[in-house]
Amino acid sequence: MNFWDYLGSRHQQLLADAYQHASAVFQCMVVATLLGVLIGVVTYRSDWAGNLATTATATLLTIPSLAMIGLLIPVVGLGVPPTVIALVLYGLLPIVRNAIVGLRGVDPALVDAATGIGMSRLARLARVELPLAWPPILTGIRVSTQMLMGIAAIAAYASGPGLGNEIFRGIASLGSRNALNQVLSGTLGIIILALLFDAAYVVVGRLTIPRGIRV
Amino acid sequence: MSETSAAAMPTPAPDEGDGARAATGATIRLENLTKRYPGSSEPAVDSVNMEINAGELVVFVGPSGCGKSTTLKMINRLIEPSGGRIRIGGEDVTHMDPVKLRRKIGYAIQSSGLFPHMTVAQNIGLVPKMVGWSKARTAERVEEMLDLVGLDPGEFHGRYPRQLSGGQQQRVGVARALAADPPVLLMDEPFGAVDPITRDHLQDELIRLQHELHKTIVFVTHDFDEAIKLGDRIAVLRERSHIAQFDTPEAILTNPADDFVSGFVGAGAALKRLNLTRVRDVEITDYPTVTVDDPLQEIFNRVRASGTNEILLLDRRGRPYKWLRRGDLMRARGSLARAGTLVNDTVTRDATLRDALEAVLTDNAGRVVVTGRRGEYTGVVDMETLMNSVHELLEADRLEAMENQHELEEARGEQTRQAQEGVGGAAGGAGGGGEERA
Repeated sequence: MNFWDYLGSRHQQLLADAYQHASAVFQCMVVATLLGVLIGVVTYRSDWAGNLATTATATLLTIPSLAMIGLLIPVVGLGVPPTVIALVLYGLLPIVRNAIVGLRGVDPALVDAATGIGMSRLARLARVELPLAWPPILTGIRVSTQMLMGIAAIAAYASGPGLGNEIFRGIASLGSRNALNQVLSGTLGIIILALLFDAAYVVVGRLTIPRGIRV
Repeated sequence: MSETSAAAMPTPAPDEGDGARAATGATIRLENLTKRYPGSSEPAVDSVNMEINAGELVVFVGPSGCGKSTTLKMINRLIEPSGGRIRIGGEDVTHMDPVKLRRKIGYAIQSSGLFPHMTVAQNIGLVPKMVGWSKARTAERVEEMLDLVGLDPGEFHGRYPRQLSGGQQQRVGVARALAADPPVLLMDEPFGAVDPITRDHLQDELIRLQHELHKTIVFVTHDFDEAIKLGDRIAVLRERSHIAQFDTPEAILTNPADDFVSGFVGAGAALKRLNLTRVRDVEITDYPTVTVDDPLQEIFNRVRASGTNEILLLDRRGRPYKWLRRGDLMRARGSLARAGTLVNDTVTRDATLRDALEAVLTDNAGRVVVTGRRGEYTGVVDMETLMNSVHELLEADRLEAMENQHELEEARGEQTRQAQEGVGGAAGGAGGGGEERA
C-alpha cells in the first residue's frame, strides 16, 4: 500500500486526529495566552518580578517534553489532563517574555501622557499599553503555537488526543507495512496544521493590530 | 471627600470675579511646594511659592535639571509633592483623587504624546469620553478643536499620528489637551522637538489661541527666547526650582534680578526687547501719498507742497507701489511707468519692532512702509522714530522694574521681619494644613 492509498483508506481517522490535535493546541493556546499576558501585566513593572517570570518559564521549557508528560502522569493520570497542563506550561515562555518586553517597550512619554490626561491605571493598561504591546505579544503567541504543534504529538504517549497517536503507532510497529505511512501522515499532518494556524495568525494580526502601528 | 472637591473644581472661586466665564482659567497657587526623592539629601524642588493669575500664561524657564518640569508635574500630581499645597481656583487639590484632578487639567508634552494606535479624532476625543460626554457632543467637539488648532477636520479626522508632520502632531496634542475645556493647561516643553520654523508657527498659534481662550497656562521651556515670546510672566528658576525672578518679560530683560538671571537672558537684551513691542504700539509717521490714477500735474504739486523730497505712490487698491523722488519726477516726462524705485519690503502693524528694524536697516533710504491687513498703506517707520520709540520703551521699562524691585524688597523685608519675630508664622501654616485635612 503506498502513501496515497493509505491516506485514502484512513482519511476519516486522520481527520479526526487532526481535528483533535488542532483543538487541543488551540484551547491550550487560549489558556496560555490569558495566563501569559496576565503574568506579564502583573510583573512587567518590577525588574526582579519580570526577570523571575521569564526565568521560571524558560526553565520549564528546558524540561524534555517526554519527561514532563511522564512526570505528570502519576500526578494527574492519563489522557487529556497531562496533555493540557504540559502544553500550557510550554506555551507560556514566548508569551510571557514578549508580553513583558512589549509592555516595557511602550514609550514612557506615552504612559506619561496617558496618566497626565487622567486615565486610571486600568484604563491606561487596557487602552494604551496593551494595544501598543499587542504586536510583540501576538508574535509570542505565534511562536508558542508552532512549538505546541510539535509538542502536542508527544501527548499520545500519555494516551492524549491528536496526530501523535499516528506517529507512535507507526514507531511501535516499525518494520510493518504501514509503519512509515503512519509516521509520515502524522508528521505531515502536524506541519500542515502548523501552516494553517500561522496563516490564521496573519489574518488575526491584520484584524487586531490598529492601522496606526501596523508596519 | 475627593468626590466633592472634583465636582467643585470647574467653577473658579467666587472671589476671582470672572465666574461667568467658567472655563477660561483658574488661579493656581503653589504654597511651599516641595519634592524630596528618597535617598537624596537635597530636595529636587525646594519650597516653591507662586501665585499664577487666572488667564495668565506663565513660563517656567531655567537650565536643565533645575526642577522646572518636576514643579509642573506636581501641579497635576504626576509627581506627588512631598510637602506643601496646590490650590487651583481656590480649591485645595493636594489630596483629591489625582485621576479626577487630571481630567480638569490639560496636559501637552514634548513630541506630542499622541497615541499611535488611535486616529487623530480618537486621540482628541479621549478626555471628553472619559468625563462622560455623549458621542455626538464629543464628535462635535473634536471637529471644533481641529478647527481651532488650524487643521482641516475633514482631512485630518481619520488620520493616524504617524501620518502627520511633527508640527501637525503637536497641534493635535494641544487640541487633545484642550478638548474637555479645562481651565488650566500645563505644557511641558511642547515645542522642543520641532524644527525652528515650525516652532515659530506653533508659538504664534499658541498666542492666538490664548487670546481667544484665556486659559491659565503653565509652560515649561529651557529656551529663553521662547519664554519671552510667549509669557505674560516668566519665572526664571535656578537649581531646586528656586525662583530667581518672577516678572514680566520686559522687566526681566531690562532689569534682571541678579547675575544668574542676566546670564540666562544672555547677550542682546535690548534687541530681544524689540521682539516684545509691535509696530502698532509705536509712532508711525504719515507720509504724503498719491495714487497711480492721479494726474501727473497733481503729483508734482503734492510733492512741492509736502516739502519732502519723496512721495509714496500707491496702486489702485491703496497698496504701496513706488517711492518717487523729485528728480524721478523731472525725468519722468509724462509717464510714471519707469520712474521711481519699487517698494519691495513692507511690514505689517503686527510685526515686531525687530522685524521693522531689520527692514529699515536693509532699506537703502532707511525707512519702511507699514501696511494694514490687506496690504494697504497705513504709514511709514524710519530709523529716527524707531530709535526714539526704543529709548522711550527702555526708559519706561526701567522705571517700572525699579518700582517692582522696590516693592519686592519691601515685601522681602517684611517676610524676614516676620520670620525673625518667631517661628509662629511657619508653625501656624503647618498647623492650618492639618486642621483642614482633619
